[in-house]
Amino acid sequence: MSFEPVLLRNRGVPDVQRLEVYQQRGGYRALEKALRMSPAEVVQVVKDSGLRGRGGAGFPCGVKWTFLPKDHSGPIYLCVNADESEPGTFNNRILMEEDPHQVLEGITISAYATRATTAYIYLRYEYGRCYRTMQRAVDEAYAAGLLGRNILGRSDFHLDVYLHRGAGAYICGEETGLIESLEGKRAWPRIKPPFPAVEGAFRKPTIVNNVETLACVTHILDRGADWFKSIGVPPDPNNPRDLGSYGPKLYCISGHVNNPCCVELPLGVTARQLIEEHGGGVWKGRKAKAVVPGGISMGFLSESELDTPLDFIGPTKVGCLGLGTAAVIVIDDQTSMVDVLYNSCRFFRHESCGQCTPCREGTEWMTKILARIRRGQGELSDLDQLLEIANGIGITPGTTICGLADGAAWPVKNALTKFRAEFEEYIRHHGRHHDQR
Amino acid sequence: MAVITINDKDVQLAESERLNLIQAAQRAGYEVPHYCWHPALTVVASCRMCLVEVGEKKPDGTVAMQPRVVPACQTPARPGMVVRTNSEKAKAAQAATLEYLLLNHPLDCPVCDQAGECYLQDYSYKFGRGYSRFKEDKIIRPDKDYIGENIALFTDRCVMCSRCVRFTREISGTAELQIIHRGAHAEIDVFPGQPCNNKLAGNVVDLCPVGALCSKDFLYKQRVWFLKSTSSVCPRCSTGCSITIDHHKDIVYRLRPRANPQAQGWFMCDEGRFGYKYINAADRLISPMVRHDKHTLYVGWEEVLPVLRRQVRQAVTEAPESAWLVLSPWLTCEEAYLAVRWFRSLSPQTRLASGPVPVVGEDDRYPKDVHGNPPPLDKTLFTIRAEKCPNRLGVEAILKHYQGTIHSFDAVLEAARRGEVRVLYLTGGYPEPGWTSEHCTALEGVGTLIVQDILPSPLTSVAKYILPGAAFAEKDGTFVNHAGLAQAIHRAVQPPGEARSDARIFVDLLERRGLPHAPALRAELASEIPCFAPLNAGQIGPLGVFLNGEGKP
Ligand SMILES: Cc1cc2nc3c(=O)[nH]c(=O)nc-3n(C[C@H](O)[C@H](O)[C@H](O)COP(=O)(O)O)c2cc1C
Ligand code: SF4
Ligand code: SF4
Ligand code: SF4
Ligand code: FES
Repeated sequence: MSFEPVLLRNRGVPDVQRLEVYQQRGGYRALEKALRMSPAEVVQVVKDSGLRGRGGAGFPCGVKWTFLPKDHSGPIYLCVNADESEPGTFNNRILMEEDPHQVLEGITISAYATRATTAYIYLRYEYGRCYRTMQRAVDEAYAAGLLGRNILGRSDFHLDVYLHRGAGAYICGEETGLIESLEGKRAWPRIKPPFPAVEGAFRKPTIVNNVETLACVTHILDRGADWFKSIGVPPDPNNPRDLGSYGPKLYCISGHVNNPCCVELPLGVTARQLIEEHGGGVWKGRKAKAVVPGGISMGFLSESELDTPLDFIGPTKVGCLGLGTAAVIVIDDQTSMVDVLYNSCRFFRHESCGQCTPCREGTEWMTKILARIRRGQGELSDLDQLLEIANGIGITPGTTICGLADGAAWPVKNALTKFRAEFEEYIRHHGRHHDQR
Repeated sequence: MAVITINDKDVQLAESERLNLIQAAQRAGYEVPHYCWHPALTVVASCRMCLVEVGEKKPDGTVAMQPRVVPACQTPARPGMVVRTNSEKAKAAQAATLEYLLLNHPLDCPVCDQAGECYLQDYSYKFGRGYSRFKEDKIIRPDKDYIGENIALFTDRCVMCSRCVRFTREISGTAELQIIHRGAHAEIDVFPGQPCNNKLAGNVVDLCPVGALCSKDFLYKQRVWFLKSTSSVCPRCSTGCSITIDHHKDIVYRLRPRANPQAQGWFMCDEGRFGYKYINAADRLISPMVRHDKHTLYVGWEEVLPVLRRQVRQAVTEAPESAWLVLSPWLTCEEAYLAVRWFRSLSPQTRLASGPVPVVGEDDRYPKDVHGNPPPLDKTLFTIRAEKCPNRLGVEAILKHYQGTIHSFDAVLEAARRGEVRVLYLTGGYPEPGWTSEHCTALEGVGTLIVQDILPSPLTSVAKYILPGAAFAEKDGTFVNHAGLAQAIHRAVQPPGEARSDARIFVDLLERRGLPHAPALRAELASEIPCFAPLNAGQIGPLGVFLNGEGKP
C-alpha cells in the first residue's frame, strides 16, 4: 500500500521552513480559502471532516470548537499544545522542525474559526530547534502580513502568536496544566467543569489543540472534508460510541526496531505493518514481546495482538487505554517486562504533579513495589497489590483530576494481565536466586 | 423545593440553595470525609477523600448510577440526584484514599500535637482499613520550624490538601506558603527568608486537618482531650470574632476562631489568637487592697465593700456632681449597667464617663494585593479593627441612656486637674494597662480613687481602693461589636485568687442578693434600656443578635 504523505509532504524539501518556499509549494492557500468563508463555516468543515484530536484523547476537534460561548466579547485564546512529552512521541517535533509554516497556517485558520485573537504555542522546553524554527516562521509571517493586524488585508481578522517555552514537566502537556503553567503557575491541572472552552487561560474561553491536529486543519481546508474522510477508518456501525478514525496520522516507531522513524499513514494500519514495513523489523533478528500502541500510558499489546489496527478504537478492543499519540514502542523478547514496567512506573511517579492523593501516592507505591521485586524481594501477592493500586488510581473512573493517573495505571494492568506468567517467574526465580547468595 | 436522595434519605433543598454533596449529605446526617474542601476557600477537589457515587432517578422510578465516582466537594447538589456516600464502591474509594495518605505518613500520633483532633485519625477510624499493606520505606522529609514565628511544619504529616496555601493566597492575600517539589516529594514551604508571619497566619494551623502545621504557642502544652471548650468572643478589637476558649484546670491554653457569618466569618487574627496571655499573667491583681498612707493592705471583700460603699455614699451626699464613675470599654454590658445602676442610686447627679478607647493605626483589611495594599471595601474578607477593645458600643449605649451625653475620659482628667473630682470609680480590664503616670499626675487631686482592674499599673500604686476584677475569659456577659452585634461571652476559667467578676462586685455594691446571672441581667437590661430590647429572651444564641435590627455582618 503506498500512501502519498500530506502532513509530511514538505519533509526534506530544501529550505521549506522559509515562507517563500512554503508558499511556492501551495502554502497559505488554505488560509486564503478559509478567509473567504465565515468562521462558522470553517468550524463546520472541520466538524464534517471528523478530525479527532491528535494529542492523545481523540476528542472531535470541530465539536470542541463549538463549546466556545457564542457572542463572547473576547478575548478568546488558542493554546497550541506542543509540549509533546509522552514517551515515544516525536511527531510534533518533526512537524515544527520540518514544516513550521504548515503548523502556523493551521493555527491561523483555527484562530479565525474560533475567533481567537491570541495564540500561544506552548513548546516543550527541550525543543530548542523547534523554538528557533517556529520563531523564525512567526517572524516571517508577521512581516508578510500573515499574522498581526488585518491579516491578508482583512480588517476584521487579527492574530498574535507567541511562543512560550514549557516548564519542563510531562504534566504541562495536560491541557489545564498547560494553561496554569502558561499563566505562570505550577502546572496543577484544574478541575473540570469549567472546561477550558468556557473558562481557560486567564479565565477566558480557550481552545487547546495539539500541533498535529492543527496541521491537519490546514489540509482539511485546502482539500475539503470529504478528502479527509476518504482516508482512514469509518466508524463501526455496531458501535454507537465509535466516532471513526479519519485522516492521515503520524506514527512514531521507536524501541527495538532497526529503523526508528516517524511515518505518515492512514489511520488504521496495524502495529505489525508499522514494525515490518516501516520500522525495518525488530532489531538483531529478535521477535517482539510487547508493543506500546500509542505512548507508554496506553499500555501494551502482546505479540499476538500486533495485528490490531491502530485507529482510535482498535487498541481499546485488546484492553489498552486507546490510540494515544500513536507512538509505537517495540520491546523485544530479550527484555524483561518487569524492567519495562518499572521504567514506566518510575516515569509516572516522577511526573505526577502530586495534587491528587491516589496519583501522588499510588504511583510512588507501585514504583517502590516494582523496585523491591527487582531487588529479588518480591512476593507473588505483590502482583495483586499492584493491580489493586492501578485499579484504584487510574482504572476506576473519577478517582483523580487528570489523565496522568490513568496513564500510570494502564501499563500496569496490561503488563500484569498479559505477561503475568513472566512476573510470577521473575519473582520465584529471582527470589530463590537471591536467597542462595 | 427540590429533593435530592442521599443514601436512602430524601433531603429538601430550597430553590436558591447552592450546596455541594458534602453539605447536602450533612443535612441528611451523613458525614462525607474531606480534607481539601473548606467552605471559605476555593474548591480544588484534589485530596479525593470525598469520593461518592452519584446517579439519577428516572421518571419511571428506577435509579441509574454513573459508573464513576465523583468528588462530593466539587459536585453541586441537583434536584433528582441520587447520591451514595456509603455504597461499597464509595467506601472502597474512600478507604483507598486513606490508605494512600498513610503510606508516607509517620503515624507519630503519640507525640503529635494534633492527636485527638486529627482528621487523619478520625477518618481512618471511621472510613479506613485499619492496617497497612505498605512494605516499603517511607519518604522522610525535614521538619521546618522556620515556616513562621508562630508556626512549625511537621512536613511528613502533611496530606497535601493545600488549604494552608490557598488561605495565604485567598484570604490573607500574602501568599507566603507554597508547594515545592513534585509528586510524592511535594512539600509545603515558604519563599526563602519570607516566613509566614502575616497577621492572620495562625489560621493555617486551624485549617490544617492534620498535625502538619502546629502552633508554636500551643505545641506540647496540653493533650487536646484534656481541654474543655467554652464559646466566647475575642476582646482584642471591635470586630469581635466569635471564638472558642480551650482551657484546662483554670488555665487558658489557646483561642480558636468559631465560625460566625454575622461576626467575622471563619477566622481570627493573631493579635487576638495569641493575645490571651495576660489572663494567665503572674502579676494579676488577686485580692482587694486598701491604701493607708504609703502601705496597702490586703483585705477581704466582705471587709472592703461596706467601707467603700459608705465612703462613696458620704461623698456623693456632700457633692454628687464631683463623684465620677468611669466605664471601661472592656466591661460587659451587664457590668456597665449594674455599675451605673449602683452609682445613680446614690444620686442622679453623679457623673458617668467612658474609659479610654484604645485606637491603634487604621483598620487592617484583607486580602492584601501583591503590593500589600488592602482590597476595596466590598472585596474585604477580614478586618482587624483599629479600635482595640470589645464593647465600646455596648457601654456607650448605656451611658447614653442614663446620661444623654457621654463624657470622655479626657473630661474626667480635666475635672480632676481642676480639683472637681472627690470620688473617682475607675473600671479597667485593659490587657496592656491603659493607665500611665501622666494619668497619675492628673488624678493626684482626686479625693478617693477606686481602681477596679486586672493588672497592676501606676494607678494601682496610688489608688485608695484596689479591686481585682476579671478578664473576659473569666466572666459571663455581652459584648457589642462594631456593627452592633451583641454576642455572649462565657466563663471558661475562674478569676485568680480573690478576684471577682466585675458584675459580682457591682451586685454586692448594689446590695442585691445572690450571684449575678447573665441571662437574667440581660433580660433586665433589655427591659430597662430600649436599644437592648432584642436581648429580652436573656439568652443569646451562638451567632449573636443584632441590636440595630438587620445590622451588617
Ligand atoms: C498527563 C497528560 C499529558 C498530556 N500531554 C500532552 C502533550 O504533551 N501534548 C498534547 O498535545 N496533548 C497532551 N495531552 C492531552 C491534552 O490534555 C489535550 O487533550 C490535547 O492537547 C487536546 O488537543 P487535541 O484535541 O488536539 O488532541 C496530555 C494529557 C494528559 C492527561
Ligand atoms: S492525576 Fe496525578 S498528575 Fe493529574 S492532577 Fe492528579 S496528581 Fe496531578
Ligand atoms: S497528624 Fe494525625 S495521624 Fe498523623 S501523627 Fe498526628 S495525630 Fe497521628
Ligand atoms: S500543611 Fe496541613 S493544611 Fe497545608 S497542605 Fe499540608 S495538610 Fe494541608
Ligand atoms: S474534599 Fe473533595 S477532593 Fe478533597
